[in-house]
Amino acid sequence: MKLFTYERAASADAAVAEGAAPGTKFIAGGTNLLDLMKLQIETPERLVDISRLPLNTIDEREDGGLTIGALVPNSDLAADPRVIERYEVLSRALLAGASGQLRNKASTGGNLLQRTRCYYFYDTAMPCNKRAPGSGCSAIDGYNRILAVLGTSDKCIATHPSDMAVAMRALDATVVTQKADGDRRRIAIGDLYRLPGDTPEVETVLEPGELITAIELPVPVEGARHLYRKVRDRASYAFALVSVAGVVTMDGDTVASAALAFGGLGPMPWRDPAVEAAIVGKPASDASFAAAADALLANAKGFGSNDFKIPLARRTLIASLRELTGV
Amino acid sequence: MKWTINGRSYEAEVDVRTTLLDLAREHLGLTGSKKGCDHGQCGACTMLVGGRRINACLSLAVMHQDDEIVTIEGLGQPGNLHPLQDAFVRHDGYQCGYCTPGQICSAVGMLDEVKKGWPSHVSADLTEVALDDAEIGERMSGNLCRCAAYPNIVDAIREVAGVDDREPVLETAREIGA
Repeated sequence: MKLFTYERAASADAAVAEGAAPGTKFIAGGTNLLDLMKLQIETPERLVDISRLPLNTIDEREDGGLTIGALVPNSDLAADPRVIERYEVLSRALLAGASGQLRNKASTGGNLLQRTRCYYFYDTAMPCNKRAPGSGCSAIDGYNRILAVLGTSDKCIATHPSDMAVAMRALDATVVTQKADGDRRRIAIGDLYRLPGDTPEVETVLEPGELITAIELPVPVEGARHLYRKVRDRASYAFALVSVAGVVTMDGDTVASAALAFGGLGPMPWRDPAVEAAIVGKPASDASFAAAADALLANAKGFGSNDFKIPLARRTLIASLRELTGV
Repeated sequence: MKWTINGRSYEAEVDVRTTLLDLAREHLGLTGSKKGCDHGQCGACTMLVGGRRINACLSLAVMHQDDEIVTIEGLGQPGNLHPLQDAFVRHDGYQCGYCTPGQICSAVGMLDEVKKGWPSHVSADLTEVALDDAEIGERMSGNLCRCAAYPNIVDAIREVAGVDDREPVLETAREIGA
């Protein structure tokens, strides 16, 4: 690990004032950042410890939604009775990720910002445009079994590893931040992440020093069925090869509304309105589910060892829709 | 810097990069916690911080100066074993023993999570938790045992959790002098 200076922020205002300086990183749970610092993939010169800031509560808003403090540990969020009752897909996604020890420490904000587990991002002996911009992508022609089939570029095919973020994308969560100048903004989770394009090292729209302070969940969808289905290489404690987060309401046999997001397929928690349009307002049937899968995978591109993800995503989506609709 | 570990105060000057695990092992002589992968994958370093199980290898010592920290040394000692330590001995819940301190600290934290009603990935109903082998396996998946003593680890945890129906290997831990 490279040497850094350490300071504990006394307030969010103090944290953002410090956070914009070059080489500065916020640290909360640290479960991903310290892992990367040990491997010198992340080499901050200064850590600003935000872990003691009072951003660790889950509060009900007057509009009926929930505001989740950015420092709420993943464990607490998953076990919160209000989350279980109203946003089961989020509890399920959190519980499908990491281990008990990691969930106890990992924060909600940090989970959103965790880095890819691409083998080549982690291997400092190999070129990687995300870790060392301009050095090339080793994964495109390399061992890419766990990597993306949607939203890739010729510079990067990394996947976003979070389960939680996939559920939040299906729930239309909003990320609340505080910028270095103290200004706050609200970012729809669908706008938080950027596709890799030519700059895979830039993963979000956050500015230097911008701090996630909370995540807002909108009013829960009444009468919805929730599902988080994760396909992985081990039964527990493994990243998703493919995952589906779904929130669906039915009107008799017709799909009244659907929110579907996907993990393991792209560089961000993936959501495509065309997938939902293929089933909403139509009788739930394998024919419309197949059309949804066609829409999801129309532009899918495999890179050899991850080709299997395309049929796997298709089957996982169809199985998920059968479960969500009861067909 | 100052820490409270196992109810005792410690003071040491350490590099800011020092993890909680290295602090305990290399600076404070608390070598019960083990370093396996050093990346949060194996669980051998598991400690209880503020009563919650965490990976001490992914924790900076400097960040935990205000916390109540418990290591395997604080759970029990020879002649005064924690019920889980005692159960691990009697059920032969280990072979080489390297992962055992982490397994036991993790199990202590895990049983507390169950008591709080926290569900797991394998809970069919997230509002009702009934501990069985599948639940224990899922909840302990952050602790690897390369000797694969898992069946006996599960039996030891079942006994302490009060869902025991399996005979231990030994009548008492004293049979091997623990």
